[in-house]
Amino acid sequence: MTEIIIPPIDWRVAAQLSIIFGWASVLLVIALFVPRSRTRIIGYLAIVGVIVAAVAGIPLWGVNAETFSGMLRLDAYSLTLNWLFLASTAITIALSLDYLPRQGIERSEYYVLVLFATGGMMLLAQGADLIILFLGLELLSIVLYVLTGFAYPRIASEEAGMKYLLIGAFAGGFVVFGIALLYGATGSMNLRAIGETLARQALTPEERTYLLAGAALVVVGFGYKVAMAPFHMWAPDVYEGAPTPVTGLLSVGSKAAGFASLLRFLVEALAGEWQIWAPVLAALAIATLAVGNIGALTQQNVKRMLAYSSIGHAGYILFGVIAAGATDGVAGQRGVESVLLYLIAYTFTNLGAFGVLIALEQRGEAAWDMGDLAGLWNRRPWLAIAMAVCMLSLAGIPPTGGFWGKLYVFTAAWLAGMGWITVIGVIIAAVAAFYYLRIVAQMFMAEPAREAPLPMDRALRVGLTLATLGVLILGFIPTPAIDLVQRVVLGVRG
Amino acid sequence: MPLRQRSVRNAVVSMNSVPLLSVMIWLPALGALVVLALPRQNVAAQRGVSLGAALLALAAAVGVALFFNPAHAGFQLVERVAWVPSWGISYTVSVDGISLWLVVLTAFLTPIALAASWGTVERQERAFHALVLLLASGLFGVFTAQDMLLFYVFFEFTLVPTALLIGIWGGAERRYAAIKFFAYTFSGSVFLLLGIIGLYLLHGQATGVYTFDIATILASLQLGALRLDTGAERLIFGLFFIGFAIKAPIWPFHTWMTTAHAEAPSSGVVDIIGLLIKIGAYGLIRFNVQLFPAAAAWAAPAVGVLAVIGILYAAWIAYQQTDMKRLLAYASVSHVGLIVLGIFALNTQGIAGAVAHMVNSALTTGALFLVVGMLVARRGSRELKAFGGLWKTMPWLGSLTLLLALGSIGLPGLNGFVSEFTVLQGSWRSPGLGWRYTLPAILGVVFAAVYLLHMYRTAFMGETLPELARAPDVRPRELALLIALATPVVVLGLYPNALFGPMQQSVTQIAQGTLPYLASR
Repeated sequence: MTEIIIPPIDWRVAAQLSIIFGWASVLLVIALFVPRSRTRIIGYLAIVGVIVAAVAGIPLWGVNAETFSGMLRLDAYSLTLNWLFLASTAITIALSLDYLPRQGIERSEYYVLVLFATGGMMLLAQGADLIILFLGLELLSIVLYVLTGFAYPRIASEEAGMKYLLIGAFAGGFVVFGIALLYGATGSMNLRAIGETLARQALTPEERTYLLAGAALVVVGFGYKVAMAPFHMWAPDVYEGAPTPVTGLLSVGSKAAGFASLLRFLVEALAGEWQIWAPVLAALAIATLAVGNIGALTQQNVKRMLAYSSIGHAGYILFGVIAAGATDGVAGQRGVESVLLYLIAYTFTNLGAFGVLIALEQRGEAAWDMGDLAGLWNRRPWLAIAMAVCMLSLAGIPPTGGFWGKLYVFTAAWLAGMGWITVIGVIIAAVAAFYYLRIVAQMFMAEPAREAPLPMDRALRVGLTLATLGVLILGFIPTPAIDLVQRVVLGVRG
Repeated sequence: MPLRQRSVRNAVVSMNSVPLLSVMIWLPALGALVVLALPRQNVAAQRGVSLGAALLALAAAVGVALFFNPAHAGFQLVERVAWVPSWGISYTVSVDGISLWLVVLTAFLTPIALAASWGTVERQERAFHALVLLLASGLFGVFTAQDMLLFYVFFEFTLVPTALLIGIWGGAERRYAAIKFFAYTFSGSVFLLLGIIGLYLLHGQATGVYTFDIATILASLQLGALRLDTGAERLIFGLFFIGFAIKAPIWPFHTWMTTAHAEAPSSGVVDIIGLLIKIGAYGLIRFNVQLFPAAAAWAAPAVGVLAVIGILYAAWIAYQQTDMKRLLAYASVSHVGLIVLGIFALNTQGIAGAVAHMVNSALTTGALFLVVGMLVARRGSRELKAFGGLWKTMPWLGSLTLLLALGSIGLPGLNGFVSEFTVLQGSWRSPGLGWRYTLPAILGVVFAAVYLLHMYRTAFMGETLPELARAPDVRPRELALLIALATPVVVLGLYPNALFGPMQQSVTQIAQGTLPYLASR
């Protein structure tokens, strides 16, 4: 009988993942001994775990290694994204600390689930193998189904959870089938191995067809995750129904994770077929922009509007994804960088926007109507300013982080020879500015319709301040973030 | 062949170590922060601090003007700090003869606007002052930025305070006006952004130097390091043009501006500082004409047509108005037409006249907006027919208004005449335009006399309306503001060389750049 040799594990690669998963499991146990009235402690402990994981990443900068037979990889790309996920998790938990008890849905499992979701996102960023990508996708999705339905007394929340589950399961099916086809065509699940097979041009026409079909199915599956048209239909309902902090996490973390793996998949495995997928994705990007922004134009419900706006932003991020695969090395590098920078800016901005909605939301009462924002400037000037900063950033107006994101993706797309999509992109950006501006106008120029909301909890205030300051700092001093993303090299160029 | 010019880059670095331009740009913003930190009730301190910041910025601007060497054509007093080095973005500010005037104009109008707002802001005066100061910072930035991206950032940055000032403190339709203002200008500026990105990338690909620095790009274009083929040049020119044409605004993109003027706070503050300072026209000179002389020469006849239509159409509509603010708004659109006509004459007279007219029309029209604000404060209406015979009760206001109106009409001896005449002379002599453009423009100038004198006659002449019999004449503060504005109207009219002298070298250099393309027509 042959001995089973377990290859050595490079723990550096799995360090952050292990901290998050381990700590989440420990917290599950600790939660048993924490009385219901003190559930908040679990939230604080979760934030501590997140910070520890983030700090643990610092010495890992510069590491470029794989482990588990090349299934899990740590490089500048995944480390940057991990930090982004951890930051969004920390802010999400801070925003939830006050929200959950106010809504009467505070349970310690919530914080644990958020940590597991973060782990899932990190798997998606670090996965170098289709199996890991699928694992991360499913882990993230299943946790998010639960979190979406977490406000269970509210029927909308339950409905949203159910809807997300059905659509998500469907999307998962696409991915699995796609993986099967890819494996059939290339004989490998490893992204780089697939890319090398393609580069050798060793595929028969039949195999190539399987490969393209499989790739298309995987893209469709991730398309659901990132809410790319025409796979976006679930997003507005789910975003509206989910507890608001979860909506925030859905719109930033989950989307960023989806893009992280989509980008790695397309660049590492499918760069050789860029000529085929770039035009397709370009068309989808334009469709996403159109659907998201035109949908947002007509919304009176701010939460729904942000859902549509988040669909629209997926379109801009896709510009960067398309450029990232470009055969021209400079354009490709710019593309990767632009996706990351856009995600960073967008994460802080959207969390800030949802944070303001959370601050406005009172017990059992939705405050998402445009009317609820009326005259916010007179009632709560700082909330209004925070929201205005976020809206300007989403619209891409300097000096905010969103501006640099837009500048970056447009530049990358132009460099990749896709000048025409940038033209459409800027036109749609002008349209989009209108509905963001409507919110600003509502807050600053309309008379207040409601009495002042409840005073804010400290954690909420800290979370909101962090997000808004992040947007502004990124706007005024973008250099550190740009330097960070410029160190990231992905794929065959690496 | 384009004229090989001495590089514009041999800029003079300021002798003193004080970054005068940056001080001027950021002082108002700092003042805004201080004002916001003051207690809400202490209105006097808020006014004092904001006016103080604006006056200090004015002093800095005067300092800039003193250090400025008029014999030199290029950018002066250059201050440069790397901002995003890996992208070639830097915080580069400097002035040339053209931006100098607009900087001084902004610095001059800011304290006037602040002082004019006293007593007219019913609520949140603190935020009002802070926004006016932020706007001033943005404007200083726009006129001094010599890095395309920095320019864009400041360009966009001016939008937010202006929109908020209109939207929070404006008239009945203020929200509509603010959103329209923002939506229009923002949709123009996204094209501007695309143009900037395009030029940046084309320059980078051609020369290997990725930079947003205007002087560097200009040098590459002039020395042939960057050769744009005709199509690309016209495309980029067009992208810039859309942005600036909407901002200026050139007919038919002007509708946001008349709404904005009409709904802006009745005191005239925002009109002065937010809407009359012509960023768009400045951008046309700085980018469209300076960087793309060939495309400018190609587009000149078409732009000239738009400008002439704008002059005539807006003047005609102005005559039809019964609302005084709307009347002045259309007058302003008409002035923009004249400015654009001058710019696209593409010769020294035309461009110099255009810059001078930017200054002059901001002074006179701005002063008239203040007058209307004072009238509204006394009568509570902007309707022309609500006024009559004001001369009898308000002789001071009447005489000053007459002076300002005549200055705006272009009476010889006052400032408007100088710049209008120069623009018309330039457009007549321009090979691209010629008398076909000049004659209708002259007709528009005549119209200006018609609508302004019509307004003046209705409001100030005739029998005093009973409601106005007790209207008080101008108060000392108001008088001081109007005299402050009327002084340059007279001085620049009598001594136009003060206006043209400092800009001469810079304008000549820009005009020379277009010469070969005009000659080849």
